[in-house]
Amino acid sequence: MKPVHVLEGRGVPLERSDVDTDQIIPSDWLKRVERTGFGRGLFSEWRDDTTFVLNQPQYAGASILLAGPRFGTGSSREHAVWALMDYGFEAVIAPSFGDIFRNNSSKQGLVTVQLSVKDVEDLNEMVKEDPSRLLVVDVERLSVEVPDAGWHRAFVLDPMTRERLLGGWDDIGISLRREDAITRYEATSVAPSLVGVFDGEGHAR
Amino acid sequence: MSGKTLYEKLWENHVVVAPEGEPTLLYIDLHLVHEVTSPQAFDGLRLNDRRVRRPDLTLATADHNVPTDPLATPIEDPISKRQLEALDENCKEFGITVFPRGHENQGIVHVIGPELGVTQPGMTIVCGDSHTSTHGALGSLAFGIGTSEVEHVLATQTLPQQKAKTMSVSVEGTPAPDVSAKDIVLAIVGRLGTGGGAGYVIEYRGEAIRALSMEGRMTVCNMSIEAGARAGLVAVDETTIDYLRGRPGVPQGDEFDDAAERWRSFVSDDDASFDLEIVLDATELVPFVTWGTNPAQVVPLSGIVPSPDDVHDSDEKNTVQRALEYMDLTPGTPLRSIPVDVVFIGSCTNSRIEDLRAAASVVKGSRVSEGVRALVVPGSRRVKTQAESEGLDQVFLDAGFEWREPGCSMCLGMNPDILTPGQRCASTSNRNFEGRQGRGGRTHLVSPVVAAATAIMGRFASPEEVVA
Repeated sequence: MKPVHVLEGRGVPLERSDVDTDQIIPSDWLKRVERTGFGRGLFSEWRDDTTFVLNQPQYAGASILLAGPRFGTGSSREHAVWALMDYGFEAVIAPSFGDIFRNNSSKQGLVTVQLSVKDVEDLNEMVKEDPSRLLVVDVERLSVEVPDAGWHRAFVLDPMTRERLLGGWDDIGISLRREDAITRYEATSVAPSLVGVFDGEGHAR
Repeated sequence: MSGKTLYEKLWENHVVVAPEGEPTLLYIDLHLVHEVTSPQAFDGLRLNDRRVRRPDLTLATADHNVPTDPLATPIEDPISKRQLEALDENCKEFGITVFPRGHENQGIVHVIGPELGVTQPGMTIVCGDSHTSTHGALGSLAFGIGTSEVEHVLATQTLPQQKAKTMSVSVEGTPAPDVSAKDIVLAIVGRLGTGGGAGYVIEYRGEAIRALSMEGRMTVCNMSIEAGARAGLVAVDETTIDYLRGRPGVPQGDEFDDAAERWRSFVSDDDASFDLEIVLDATELVPFVTWGTNPAQVVPLSGIVPSPDDVHDSDEKNTVQRALEYMDLTPGTPLRSIPVDVVFIGSCTNSRIEDLRAAASVVKGSRVSEGVRALVVPGSRRVKTQAESEGLDQVFLDAGFEWREPGCSMCLGMNPDILTPGQRCASTSNRNFEGRQGRGGRTHLVSPVVAAATAIMGRFASPEEVVA
């Protein structure tokens, strides 16, 4: 994944709570074996509605999604993250997130910023007032700013997620450096091998 | 010093390394794989020239997008077909056991793990599917992961994890006979809300949980994620041990007794404390139905559709209003007066043999209401075979139900079993999100017996309303 330091972009106010990952990317899109091209499926059930916020020209090209409470609950589909990023979003700001979605985001470099309900409402108002406004999400300083309004807030990210975002690190590479420890653990592990359970055709022995 | 919770025991047993200031590296005992969340992970391995570290701890099945039509019917959707082929090819290339469409062990991943006995107490289990929490019913730490993590587990058999907080949900007392495991978990999700369990692992406890069969416990643990919790647990007891005895994946004879002795330690200590403790009174529970577009929007079957005026918070009012509009419901309408178009009995929540037996006992001798499409989709080929040996298929067919091949089917709208826009469905599945069962479809979550009665009556109904 690419390192992420400071994101600058315009915001788009979603103003809906409980947006689950089925809404972010409907399951019909999950049949694909590729990792790219999911942007067209983003919120696809809502995008037929010409008044839907992503269809409004003043928000075209926005890269920071302002979402409601409990964004990304439900299904574990990482396709939701791929769809948001493929569409052009680099960060999502919300009062709370689904655990698995937030975790998936950190693996792809999509920055999830948790702010209070009031702060997100304030951001919504500022962006609606002037959609061309720049928002700054700074992963180094852990802050969100709206420079022309003199507005800024700190946010919390667990230190390891922050470091991984800044370094663009591959989790697997990091864990494989612990291979000796994994091998030592396996020597004492009682996890039953499936080799004794099924034959080469998957029939129970 | 206070004792340990079951979660803490499971966690400690699987720590590979816990470096200061970094997430703990946790060992994974069983990795379950299906066609939807794995192809990009296998691609990642190939790109980086990595192998699967422990193919012998990895098991794959086709479930999400397999058609449930008769096996001779070809798969029409080329994209689905390609994904199913990719699973077979990837498993072959990396040496993983796979159960493709038609295989004797094929089925929904969360049905086959326990029924084959490869899900065992004390294990860590992951799968690229949020309903992996199901396996916690057997006293294992089981949770859903994303595709990047699937790739990570394939490559390392470990996952970097932050320790969760612990929550005890005790359901005390004996529920009325018409209250099923599904009603218990709908009550819990309704109480916690969709985010109440976030950051927690829930242990389900109390008399009403202990009294459940393993199938019932799986139904409860299955929907932990609907309250935001990644994992749910039930401590091991003799019900667990009896369920596992004789299954293909467990040791046989004396070795089984040795294993069982070890498994019995997977309980929370009496003096263990939880970060949060919730108590529900089982005697207050009734059959429930969801009315809205998230699984916490629950009302009693005997109740009415709620109104935005019932809530005070303005955001909450909007949420209720939006849900009512999507569901095309009017506040104050009795649930029992709402007609349905489709009834779906199946999914990783409610497609096990006990669920099918319960539903069959309701429909026996009756006919599905005219104009209602009713489907029964066994969770696995083994469940299907067992049900057929008991004559349940004939009970359903005689009543006018479709009796289909195993798979995820109408739970999630990514195979041919979908609702058409505007159709209303009583479903034994786990999610009533907008469009979940097909674009524009309207889902109401219910138990298998309520689904069965609803099919016969053509509107939401309880079994005692059905007179054969």
